[in-house]
Amino acid sequence: MFYLRLFATYVRVGILGELEYRANFWINMVQSALDLSVALGGLAVVFSHTDTLGGWRPEELLALIGVYFLIGGLIRTIIRPSMTQFMEHVRQGTLDFTLTKPADSQVLVSIQRIEIWRLVDVLIALPVLATALVRLGARLGLVETVVFAVTLLCGGLIIYSFWLMLSTCAFWFVRVENIQVIFMSMWQAGRWPVSIYPAWLRSVLTFLVPVAFATTVPATAVSGRITTSTLIGTIALAAAMLLVSRWFWRVGIRFYSGASA
Amino acid sequence: MFAYYPIYKGYFRTALMVQFQYRIAMLIWLLGGIIEPLMYLVVWRTVSEQQGGSVGGYETNDFVVYFIAMMMVSHATFTWIMWEYVYRIRMGLFSVMLLKPIHPIHSDIADNIGYKFLTLTVMAPITLLLAWFFEATWQPLPWTLAAFVPVLILAFLMRFYWEWSLAMVAFWTTRIDAMNQAYIVVSLFFSGKLAPLSLFPEIVQRAADILPFRWMLAFPVELLLGRITPRELLIGIGAQLFWLVAGYLFMQFIYRAGIKRYAAFGA
Repeated sequence: MFYLRLFATYVRVGILGELEYRANFWINMVQSALDLSVALGGLAVVFSHTDTLGGWRPEELLALIGVYFLIGGLIRTIIRPSMTQFMEHVRQGTLDFTLTKPADSQVLVSIQRIEIWRLVDVLIALPVLATALVRLGARLGLVETVVFAVTLLCGGLIIYSFWLMLSTCAFWFVRVENIQVIFMSMWQAGRWPVSIYPAWLRSVLTFLVPVAFATTVPATAVSGRITTSTLIGTIALAAAMLLVSRWFWRVGIRFYSGASA
Repeated sequence: MFAYYPIYKGYFRTALMVQFQYRIAMLIWLLGGIIEPLMYLVVWRTVSEQQGGSVGGYETNDFVVYFIAMMMVSHATFTWIMWEYVYRIRMGLFSVMLLKPIHPIHSDIADNIGYKFLTLTVMAPITLLLAWFFEATWQPLPWTLAAFVPVLILAFLMRFYWEWSLAMVAFWTTRIDAMNQAYIVVSLFFSGKLAPLSLFPEIVQRAADILPFRWMLAFPVELLLGRITPRELLIGIGAQLFWLVAGYLFMQFIYRAGIKRYAAFGA
């Protein structure tokens, strides 16, 4: 409850901060619309030459794009700005101020900066997802909806834990911002189902940089093709990564000595 | 012309030394330029295999070679100037460049070519690796290889002049993210990066003919694949020359207008 209130406070601060730059809303809107036009245009060209892509029907790929934008929006709204801020704090030694606050430092670090206008990605994702669902015949019962929500949540948690572990490296190597560039470069490959990639690239996108769990897996859930083992594996991985990233964070924070102290 | 030779030599040396300092960051920035064509390679290879080995006149192997060549041509011609300029102007770094008794475009060209030389040591093995992974076979025709050299240089120069001119927009506004992205998206559809242009509807292909993007990327790539007739080669070089001259004049015009507007921040 306390942490929910804390989160609400940060969201409020985020809104207040960004209301000052209202033009940014329109700029982000244009950017998201352009991104979406690339994704949809790509689909249109591909499906003008074939009926399915690696066993995926057009509406299933549309659902995948919806998921890709949804999770991508959450990354850009909360995870990336917060983690960038955190690395900046480590570099300048100002992380001390966070550590002395009477709340869990990992939570504070993870929600400290919220770029509210980036939520337009999420806004754009919802109609895409809805269109895909209607086209899929909307055979979505209660079970499918729950499974979809669970995979989406797990995918989000996996990405968050992965990103937290990368950022924690800042305690040792101070300058790691470029690692984020690696992630965002790999992330764009999540627009397509990982099953079409050759085995080596598929394993990179599944295990080294867990893009597949945040995009392909929820998309298979929404089209009702997810296997029980994939579902259990995704949940287990999410739990494991949360624990490992938590442990790694604690190790890292013990190493931190403050640049100014 | 030859007066520039020692200047470029100096620029190259500093460019190489600076970039060697940031070699890890340099490698990381390459990744995006590798993943994107790789992604479309895999997509179109999958489509082609499903359609019995050929789509719109391209066989499966043609797609593989097309996108590997696209990766190289796009790497050879790309610029980051549209992001760099806004930073320069916001930070007031541009004032220093104005003080030098030489047009600032020269140091940018030298920087860009220096970067390409360094990164070639990474891109060349990656090209070979990808060709090996996807079992690409490619039989170059000697005359297309010979023609490829001037075509690539023209493609590089025309792209450089146009993107350098567009970067000048930073003189009027420093919020250029949306504009840059619009440029990237438009060029994605009309340059053949997303798919070979002959796979697009007729109207897109005709639009690509009159826009510059196809002559920057798809044309050199198709030439490497041996899909260009000598007649088309001449038309293509003509189009490249036209866009190069137009880009040069546009650059002169907008640069003059821009520096009149420029008031150093923080000065």
